[in-house]
Amino acid sequence: MSDIIKVKNMCLWYGEHKALNNININIPGKSITALIGPSGCGKSTFLKSLDRMNDLIPGVKITGDIRYKDKDIFDASVDVNELRREIGMVFQKPNPFPMSIYDNIAYGPRTHGIKSRAKLDVIVEKSLKDAAIWDEVKDRLKKNALGLSGGQQQRLCIARALAVQPKVILMDEPTSALDPVSTSKIEELSSKLKKDYTIIMVTHNMQQAVRISDQTAFFLLGELVEYGKTETLFSTPSDKRTEDYITGRFG
Amino acid sequence: MYGNGVSKARKIYIMSMRVLMWASVAVTCLLALFMIVYISVRGIPNISWEILSTKPSYLSGGIGILPDIMNTVYILIATLVIVIPLGAGAAIYLTEYASNKRIVAVIEYAAETLSGIPSIIYGLVGMLFFCQFLNMKTSIIAGALTLVIMNLPTIMRTTQESLKTVPQSYREGAFGLGAGKWRVIRTVVLPGCVDGVITGCILSAGRILGESAALLFTAGFAHALNGIFEGFSSPGATLTVALYVYAKEQGEFGIAFAIAAILMVLALVINLSAMLTGKYFKRRRNI
Repeated sequence: MSDIIKVKNMCLWYGEHKALNNININIPGKSITALIGPSGCGKSTFLKSLDRMNDLIPGVKITGDIRYKDKDIFDASVDVNELRREIGMVFQKPNPFPMSIYDNIAYGPRTHGIKSRAKLDVIVEKSLKDAAIWDEVKDRLKKNALGLSGGQQQRLCIARALAVQPKVILMDEPTSALDPVSTSKIEELSSKLKKDYTIIMVTHNMQQAVRISDQTAFFLLGELVEYGKTETLFSTPSDKRTEDYITGRFG
Repeated sequence: MYGNGVSKARKIYIMSMRVLMWASVAVTCLLALFMIVYISVRGIPNISWEILSTKPSYLSGGIGILPDIMNTVYILIATLVIVIPLGAGAAIYLTEYASNKRIVAVIEYAAETLSGIPSIIYGLVGMLFFCQFLNMKTSIIAGALTLVIMNLPTIMRTTQESLKTVPQSYREGAFGLGAGKWRVIRTVVLPGCVDGVITGCILSAGRILGESAALLFTAGFAHALNGIFEGFSSPGATLTVALYVYAKEQGEFGIAFAIAAILMVLALVINLSAMLTGKYFKRRRNI
């Protein structure tokens, strides 16, 4: 698979503080890439740079090159809303909108101009099915999404992200607020979704990274220490710091 | 046992504190009750269909408060129609768009200060600026504009506060789906805080209803009955101003109390509806 995201010499500052230093990484399409590392190492910050969510935070400055499908995402010709349609995001805490399940899923398509009820019905059903939550909610599409359990809410958020037909889905610790059963459902779902989507997932759970990811990137203190095939990185890490981290010596 | 270790002095202290608290509760309740009963007793017998449905006439000496009721309605409408979009718009800009936190803080502080200024000063400024400088004469619209200035900080602050209660995660979620700024505000942020905005508006309506000092100089004392459009450009007394005029200038205390009773009921209705709409929207949000 060719690389869908290419990052070269990327640095990021929060005001005076340099949070990411010279990141170089190529992410292949239709696979799962796990970003691991201790808290505050910059992995979430990195993730949020990929769909320019960091634009929303005042004082963030980014240098270097981030290319999505070989196009610079900071280029003036890039429509950031269109970029975020292609690169969707699932957040750490499930954040469904306080509206009906149906309207939650339809929010993205409506944003991008789909008005026809029939078309929306199809999209809503397909997205919910793809996110493996259709059977649980099909009888209460008109009910408020906040009435769902945490795990269901998170799958709803994944369905909501799928509804705009993204190519890449960024997941920022999507299971850290969930119970083990919901977690395994999300993991199963991710493994299924990688047939059609590129998934980049920040996780604090190393077993999770081993279980589902194809590549793993290890971040430490704002630097990308090691990046490679998940089996290789966890069995024969080439950097001492990676080895210390994955064997639980710090972090 | 538990109580054995407590000394006698301590027991007396606890008892007296309890008595004092009960006394303050009783005085507060009695005062409110007294006001309500007194106004009702003095006012309600004076309310008649005739007073409610006629205008006063110097020829027959009859007194009616229909014009004052209509003027109150006109002022309420005119003020709210102007102040809500203005205040809510300013609040949206300050909370969602403005990037210079220091300027926002200064504006918020200024608004807070403005809302503490005695209303007679608004009346004075309104008279000099709207009535004289802008040549609106003494009129309902000049009064309404004065009330707009007076209520702007309230609407702005309540809207801002409720905008701040909308979780950042909703905004992130919507931006993450590729929604533009205005769409995020319109579809996710505003519906999430509409209860706060409405509560603010209703409380402002209550304040408009109760305002007299700012209207004395700007909207005048006239009791003429006008349709809505000529009403705006004519002078006219609201119920509260009429109360002042009848009590102070004409010694018609019966009428004054009748108006007071009506105002009291209106205040009750307004507060109730503020409470109920707040509850309604909160429930809708947290199903």
